[in-house]
Order: sequence, then structure tokens, then C-alpha cells
Amino acid sequence: MKMVIVAGTPGSGKTAVLIHALKSLKLKNLKSSVVKIDCLYTDDDKKFAKVGVPVKLGLSMDMCPDHYAIYNLEDMLSWAHSNDSDYLMVETAGLCHRCAPYTINSLGVCVIDATSGPNTPLKVGPFLSTADIAVVTKGDMISQAEREIFREKILEVNPEAKIIEANGLSGQGCLELADEMMKAKEVSEEEELRHSAPLAVCTLCVGETKVNKKHHRGILRRIDGFESYKGE
Amino acid sequence: MIDKITVTGGYDKQGNKEPVEEVIIQKGEIFGVVGPTGSGKSSLIGDIEQLAQEDTFSKRKILINGEEPSYDDRTNPRKKMVAQLSQNMNFLADMEVGEFLSLHAKCRGAKNACVDKVIELANTLTGEPIKKEHELTILSGGQSRALMVADVAIISDSPIVLIDEIENAGIRKHDALKVLSGHGKIVMVVTHDPVLALMTDKRIVMKNGGMEKIVSTSPQEKFISKKLNKIDELMLHLREKVRRGELVEDLDIDFLELESSRKK
Repeated sequence: MKMVIVAGTPGSGKTAVLIHALKSLKLKNLKSSVVKIDCLYTDDDKKFAKVGVPVKLGLSMDMCPDHYAIYNLEDMLSWAHSNDSDYLMVETAGLCHRCAPYTINSLGVCVIDATSGPNTPLKVGPFLSTADIAVVTKGDMISQAEREIFREKILEVNPEAKIIEANGLSGQGCLELADEMMKAKEVSEEEELRHSAPLAVCTLCVGETKVNKKHHRGILRRIDGFESYKGE
Repeated sequence: MIDKITVTGGYDKQGNKEPVEEVIIQKGEIFGVVGPTGSGKSSLIGDIEQLAQEDTFSKRKILINGEEPSYDDRTNPRKKMVAQLSQNMNFLADMEVGEFLSLHAKCRGAKNACVDKVIELANTLTGEPIKKEHELTILSGGQSRALMVADVAIISDSPIVLIDEIENAGIRKHDALKVLSGHGKIVMVVTHDPVLALMTDKRIVMKNGGMEKIVSTSPQEKFISKKLNKIDELMLHLREKVRRGELVEDLDIDFLELESSRKK
């Protein structure tokens, strides 16, 4: 079983790109199961179902969607096994730009929107810097010069990344992505994350809604950089 | 050194084989790409920009000097053989003109000194001057377009030049075309404008996503092209007059009537 984890900024075209790649794999008689992780709502599962692949939907609700995806991976893998699939595709909703849900042997695909500005690659953190493939979408909406600068900035953050320029509407570039999926490694029984999830251990994490420091316990980082642990 | 590019036909939007199976464009030739909106002109240009290897939806294949380009040739901007002026009329990058041009010069392995040259050239094509410290996003459509033209001409100085609808931006299209199609380059121009279409050597006619046929510009068309250029100059002259706030007082179209009376 191969596992592909697709992360990226909201609205960058993760689903569209993945759907085109799924169709290409299907033409090669390779079977995929898809898990879509989102927070509150999505109808992307219907779009995936139209391709004719088994789809599972996970809504993390009030939890971090990446955390939710990470500790549910073994269940997703066994579900994909029971579907007799060659691939498990996991599309995450990563929002805070601090997580990277890729595991060591998965194929990490970061989908990033070229219209979001040339500094975006520097802002998004580990889900780009630890990805195997950076898929750049919406390049047709900007000039060639802006596209080339965007590419350079991605390489600044992740010099090893393979960059694929893709179009979620026409499917351009998605054949190349499917080829990369075919070259991916097999996942092991004991996968490990490439990058640790962010530090967040305080009373906000368990539901406190008051805003000031005096109401909170745990690891609190102040805006001047000073960090302290408050509590027992 | 690029002597020719070959476009091997793929499939149209319905998945039928394209009527034109192969197009060869030689060094120094200017090709037009014409056809109704939605007929696949920009996709054809896109295939050439990416040096497609049957990996796009048209399944076209592009060869350089009869050979497949390497992955590095296709993707590394320092080696890029293709400069493209797309249809976009605005920049989305949130930075100053000068900073943007130096970054692009770095990507293309060009010298930083060309930044001033690009701005100087852009200002010969557009009305209100562009300055180094202007924000890219506040430039007008015409200014952006002029800057894109100058950037393609100087920084992305590549042997293959693809131009998508240069007529749309209110800039001097003849000058822009001249700046872009330097000596010995392979040039493709997507256009709806008969003035530009008849200036090319041949034109690819697109239909339903496929290359329908290739038309060579006839001697008669070359003759008409000269007349069209005169009409265009006249229009340009009038446009400048209106732009400067002057009154248009006469219309000198005698040169057209003279030609037609000679024919009788």
C-alpha cells in the first residue's frame, strides 16, 4: 500500500488536482481509496465519489484537523486495505501553517496557489518545507515572471522539492503528479511524522474562552518572546 | 542553439485526433495562432511554454531541434528556452517594481543592471511613466502590460517567444511586437487582430481545441497587410490626439481611396 498525503492552503485546488490524478491512476488500473479531512463542512466527498473511488469523510469539528488526521492514519490504512486499494489518498485541511501531516514513507504533496503572492512559500512552513512535491496551481493567472519568482521562493524553502505546475481546471500537470505517486514508497506498519506537530499545551486547548494571561495555565509564550510554564 | 521546434498533434476537446499532425517552426519565423474564443489558442501556447511531452490534456509533444527536451530544460528558468507574454493584464505580486525585476533577473541568471533598462523600455510603450519604487499592484493594465513586454524582451531573453493577445492593452502593439521578436527568434502570436495576423508568415487556425489547419500568408494578404498598417497608424494617431485632449478635425483616408481607384 502506498500513502499519499495532500496538504495545502484553503482554496488552492487540492481536491481538483487530486481528482485529476485519481482519474489518471484509474486509467492505469490502480485502485485508490480517498479520505478527506476537514473541520466543519465539506461536500468534496461527493466530488471524489463521482470518480468512482471509495471515499471516507472525517470532520475534526473543534479539534485540530491535522492532529485528528495523524492519529487516525492506521484506521484509514486498514480501511483502504479492506477496499483492496493500491493507494490511500489523504487530503487534509491543514489551516495554521504549522503542521505537516506527512509521514516518513508517505508521498507528501503540498498544493500551493501561485496567486497568493511570492512570499507565501516563506510563510507556510513545514507542510511545504518537508513535502516531496510542491504542486503550484493557478499559474495561468499570473505572468511568467511572477511564476518564476514563485518557483525560486519554493526552492529557497525546500531545495529538494519537485515542483509541478498544475491546473486544477484543465488537469494540466496532473499526469506528472500521478507518475510521482506511482514512484512512491510502500508505507510501513509503524509510520512516523517527518515534522513534530506544534506545541500547544495550555488551558485554551481544553476549552477556556477567556482571553487574558491570568486566566491561563500551561506553556504560555509572551509576545516579547518570554516563555514560562504556569501551573502545578 | 535552436533551429526549429516541432509540435506533434494530439487530440481536440472531444478526444478526436487533431487535423494538423505536425507543425514545424523554423528559426526566424513568425507564426500566428487564430480562432474563436475558447478554441484552444492559449492552451496551444501553454503546451509550447511547458514543452509538453504528451503530459497535458491535448497530448501534444514538443520537440526542440527534433529532440525531446530534458526535465531541466523544461523547468529550470535559467535554462528556459521559452519566454511567454500571457493574457494577464495585472500583477498580483505585492512588491515594488524594482525589487520584482531584480528578483526575476536573479531567477533567470540575468544581470541586475537590466532592471533600469526594462523600466526604460516599458516607458516607451505606455503613457504615464512607470517608476522603480511603484507598487506592482497599483500599475494600470497598460503599464503592467508594457512592463511585462519589456521584462520578456530583456530579462527572459529566450529563443522562443510566445505572445498572447498583445492588442488588448492599449499599448503600442507594433512597437511591442518589434521589441519582443528579436532577430532570429521563433515567435508565435495569438491574436484576433487582422493587422497582426497578416504580419505573420503562417497562421495556425484553431477549432474546438485542435489545430484545424495552417494558412500561409498569401502575397495578396501581404499587400493588404501594408494597407492595414496604414489604417492602424491612422487609428493610433487619432487615439493619441484624443488622449491628449485635442479635437479631431479631419480624417485623412485618401490613401485607401487612391488604392481602390487604381484597381478600377
